[in-house]
Amino acid sequence: MTRARLRLGLVPIAAIALLALVGPAIAPHRSGDQFADRQYAPPMRVHLSDASGWRAPFVYAQHLDDRILRTYSEDRSRAQPLRWFQHGRVVSIDERDGPLLLLGADELGRDVFSRLLHGAALSLGVAGCGTMGALIIGVFVGGLAGSRGGWLDRSLMLVADFILVLPGAYVILVLRGLLPLVLGAPTVFALMTALFAASAWPHVARGVRAIVATERARDYAEAARASGAGTFWLLRHLLPAARGFVLVEIVLLVPALLVAEATVSYFGIGFADPTASWGTMLQAAGNVTMMAEAPWLLASALAIFAVVFALHLAGGTRTEHALFISSRS
Amino acid sequence: MTRGVSAFLARRLVTAIVFVLLVSSSALVLTRLVPGDATTESAFTPGGQAVRAQERARLGLDRPIAVQLGAWLAGLARFDLGTSSRFNKPVGDLLQQHAGPTAELATVALGLALVIGVPIGVLTGARPRSLLARAITPISLALVACPPLVGALVLLWLALVTGRLSVEPGRLAVPALALALPLGAMIERLQSQATGEALASPDVVATAARGVPPARLIWTHAARRSLRPVLGLFGIVIGTLFSGSLAVEWVTSWPGLGRLTYDAVVSRDVDLVAGCALAGAVLIALGNMLADLARALVDPRVREQP
Repeated sequence: MTRARLRLGLVPIAAIALLALVGPAIAPHRSGDQFADRQYAPPMRVHLSDASGWRAPFVYAQHLDDRILRTYSEDRSRAQPLRWFQHGRVVSIDERDGPLLLLGADELGRDVFSRLLHGAALSLGVAGCGTMGALIIGVFVGGLAGSRGGWLDRSLMLVADFILVLPGAYVILVLRGLLPLVLGAPTVFALMTALFAASAWPHVARGVRAIVATERARDYAEAARASGAGTFWLLRHLLPAARGFVLVEIVLLVPALLVAEATVSYFGIGFADPTASWGTMLQAAGNVTMMAEAPWLLASALAIFAVVFALHLAGGTRTEHALFISSRS
Repeated sequence: MTRGVSAFLARRLVTAIVFVLLVSSSALVLTRLVPGDATTESAFTPGGQAVRAQERARLGLDRPIAVQLGAWLAGLARFDLGTSSRFNKPVGDLLQQHAGPTAELATVALGLALVIGVPIGVLTGARPRSLLARAITPISLALVACPPLVGALVLLWLALVTGRLSVEPGRLAVPALALALPLGAMIERLQSQATGEALASPDVVATAARGVPPARLIWTHAARRSLRPVLGLFGIVIGTLFSGSLAVEWVTSWPGLGRLTYDAVVSRDVDLVAGCALAGAVLIALGNMLADLARALVDPRVREQP
């Protein structure tokens, strides 16, 4: 069942990976671009018809009615057709009458849609890299513990259990808070990857250890040991058994770490503001009174939800798998 | 039988105490190990280095780490958690103000999640093809995917737009719901899966063959059997609860441990960091011990585990 679901789930996973890779390239604007007189501008509606009948997709230029109240209206006399694949952009308009704001603008007049696409690369990238790091550590530690057994196994799993019991968000908050607060985006990226890997590996190590320990007792492993295979030689034969588990673990860890990035950046100790990540974008939504009037600021919350939901559908949730394992042990 | 349970509890208590001491000690040592301390900023004020040296001596930061750790542990034995350099108050008082609300929020959210999740999970697990199960499963899957940070923001927005829920800081409704909904959905999924498996197990099938009415079969025989795997995952549930509560506290300005921990860590307030870690570890250990106790009560095999 899980295997069929995973295969079905490859579609959303591929779509999400693609979004992360090409997001910044297809964004209409740069993430830091601020547009004058567009603070909290609402999303532009894409129209398909006007008084004279159906037309190719177009938008009406936005007009700032009141700067204090920040009210905007569509200027029906100035239609702007959407241009596809021109000027190096997938979609753009003639910007003489103002920028294309498909998802509205934030408090500094920055295009939310573009920031969402730029943020996708950063947020999904850090979640993906953190997952990879966790897999590398987890497979190594789990494999070692499972194939060696004895005191090494017990002490490694004790460490893993210790980290598993701690709430991940607190661990990351404390560790990140202890480091210098203001850092460049590449440093933050590397740092968060390392922190995520350090707090997520026990999930992988626990499962890999269990699988490797079971495999070790089987005849082929016995035969390999009898013919003089050392620990690492043996591991090469034992680890492939954990392949399916590792695949599922990827689908479980990416959404968890995506939420972790959002949380840490929301607290202001992740990526810093001019850089767009899904977490920093939520900070703008943290201004509660503005949120009621500008719900498009929650766009990145919706994006996080969509990715987590898609990956859950593809690979199931952590507790589902844990229950599957525990009800058979 | 009761002797088995109390011996089991005693073992778990020892583990819990070691856990709490380990967490708070490592928090203290970590805070000392990183560059910078509570006095770093005073070096830039007039008087500079001299003032800083004085401050370091007053806060005990000139002592070696091992000595400070020893002093802190000795203080702990007397229930003295030291003084916060950031707030200039006893750490014990600060923790009382902040750990209480966190515990309250977590308890209310967990209770709500259990009350919603368990009965609905039994219903959907017992009749997976019924209309009810078909309606609830997608909702539940969507709520599981709704992290508390996102949930809290969306609930705040809903509260503002509809005007039904109060968004005042300190009101329980929004933070408790933001935590309880995904957690309740998670428990519902778990309970549903476990109930389905329990109903298919040979002993329950045999009970059904004896002519036990379906309602009793589901709510007594299968439910009791499904409790074991569900309670076994409570460690994950409690971890999720506290991770989520950190985000929710932040969004809704709930005066809990999260903000205090952040302030403590950022201002390198050694005693307060250790105190926050202690309070958090105690809450988690308590939660896990309660789950273990419940497990030991329903499943005799658990008591025999080391």
